[in-house]
Amino acid sequence: MTAAPTPARPRFTPVADHAVLVEFAEAIDDDAHAAVLALDRALTDAPCTGLRESVPAFVNLLVDFDPLLSDHAAVTAHLTALLGVKAGRSAAPALREVTVCYEPPFAPDLDAVARQTGLSPEAVVNAHLLGDYRVFMYGFAPGYAYLAGVPEALRLDRKPTPVRGVPAGSVIIAGPQCLVTTLTMPTGWWIIGRSPTRILTGDEARPFLFDVGDRVQFRRVSADDFARMESRPADD
Amino acid sequence: MTDAVFQIRSAGPLVSVQDGGRPGLMRFGVPNSGPMDRKALTIANTALGNPAGAAGIEVSLGGLVMDLVEGAVTLAIAGGGFIVEAGAQRLGSWAVFTLRAGDTLTIRRGPWGAWTCLAFAGALDTPTWLGSASTHALSGFGGGRLKAGDTLTVRNTRLLDDDRLLPCPVSARPRNRLHAVFGPQGRCFVPEARGALFGAPYQVTDAADRMGVRLRGSPLELNGALSIPSEPILRGSVQVAGDGMPAVLMADHQTTGGYPKIATVLADDLDGFAQLRPRDPVGFIEISPERAVAIARQRAQSFATYLSSIARRASA
Repeated sequence: MTAAPTPARPRFTPVADHAVLVEFAEAIDDDAHAAVLALDRALTDAPCTGLRESVPAFVNLLVDFDPLLSDHAAVTAHLTALLGVKAGRSAAPALREVTVCYEPPFAPDLDAVARQTGLSPEAVVNAHLLGDYRVFMYGFAPGYAYLAGVPEALRLDRKPTPVRGVPAGSVIIAGPQCLVTTLTMPTGWWIIGRSPTRILTGDEARPFLFDVGDRVQFRRVSADDFARMESRPADD
Repeated sequence: MTDAVFQIRSAGPLVSVQDGGRPGLMRFGVPNSGPMDRKALTIANTALGNPAGAAGIEVSLGGLVMDLVEGAVTLAIAGGGFIVEAGAQRLGSWAVFTLRAGDTLTIRRGPWGAWTCLAFAGALDTPTWLGSASTHALSGFGGGRLKAGDTLTVRNTRLLDDDRLLPCPVSARPRNRLHAVFGPQGRCFVPEARGALFGAPYQVTDAADRMGVRLRGSPLELNGALSIPSEPILRGSVQVAGDGMPAVLMADHQTTGGYPKIATVLADDLDGFAQLRPRDPVGFIEISPERAVAIARQRAQSFATYLSSIARRASA
């Protein structure tokens, strides 16, 4: 058995013939996530030979390389040398605004969340708006950005059974996480609003609204404002 | 320079436009996509003198029938053992052939394989998303699925006068024995699970699509809590859900997931794996990471040799 990894002493695991997984913790942990982002930035600034891409997640970073140009040992040595390296450019995350309408018919689970948390629907909305959100990672499907920072009072387990056909743009929560969906998909998370903000922007120069590490602020809009925003081209 | 226009008469499920894919975007939740059998598209394109990753059509066991209603064009097909009727010619999956206006192309399930790729001497006129025509099945983004009634246009067509059969390399045959490196979440399983994965026979189920292929066989028991923080997944990850059954993630895989991965298949073995059909047997051979890199390099070299043997020579 190897010792559990820590932000200071991550674990490097070879994956197939073309990747190394760097794990900074085995459970979700802020310091470990900060270490993931720091190593990801350092690798972007100083790529290893054969680097194809790196994929940041909650507590680990996957580094994918071309096995014709490098191997696990060389990539691991390169990554080890980057640990603790300060990023050359500013690490200050961008703040992105996402508008949300919490009114019917866009918030089918707002009353259920209110009942389970013992709050009024209005208090649920206010609590959601006050959360301090950060983009922890993308996953599941294109543009699905996992935002950490849902306030304690709103943290619920997901539903026992997923609901089908949940529209794109739904603002959904489960546990400490919040997500704005980009595709019509089933979800077991709680649907508390709908956003006209496009995470898949349609802009070739900047196709995804967030970078991992960005901060996110939600802004409330009425159903009328929502309708006006939806009728405009997707430039928000 | 002229165009060729096809009218789709029928297309099975998962018949879609694919190219070399969209690498480098997994950090935004976007997998590479591209064909299930990447060698097949590379071979078909190379035989026509196209770039290896030019856009073509990936055909599933559901098959494809289309009429060439305008123009003429040379095509190449590679991957699987499908039945191909090209105008009056009866061919297999491995061929370069030419169609003229009025000809019908029929591609249907043959003796072996699950996917075949069709390439065109010309440029397929197709939508792209994030710089690639590959269709991402879940969202439909990219070139898209082919449906009856659609038309498909090839721009700047070429007639190569090079009709021939292509040899099917050993590396393109269905692969029942997959080389895999243990982990990265080997610690999440009871010790016996490693022996089971690398010793017991498994079978492909019909829960197989572009996202992944579920297997059945010896259950792989987890050593406690199922939940790990969601972490990156690769094409080739062997992910184990709560029922203990492994699934091999494929071209349109989720980019992260919270199910532990007991092993990860050598990338080069996945093309042959994709050619298995439901109920085909499959097993895993454990190799070290060093051995995996060595095999990857040998395979790349022999595939390059094969490609140069079938490449269309630049015209004099």
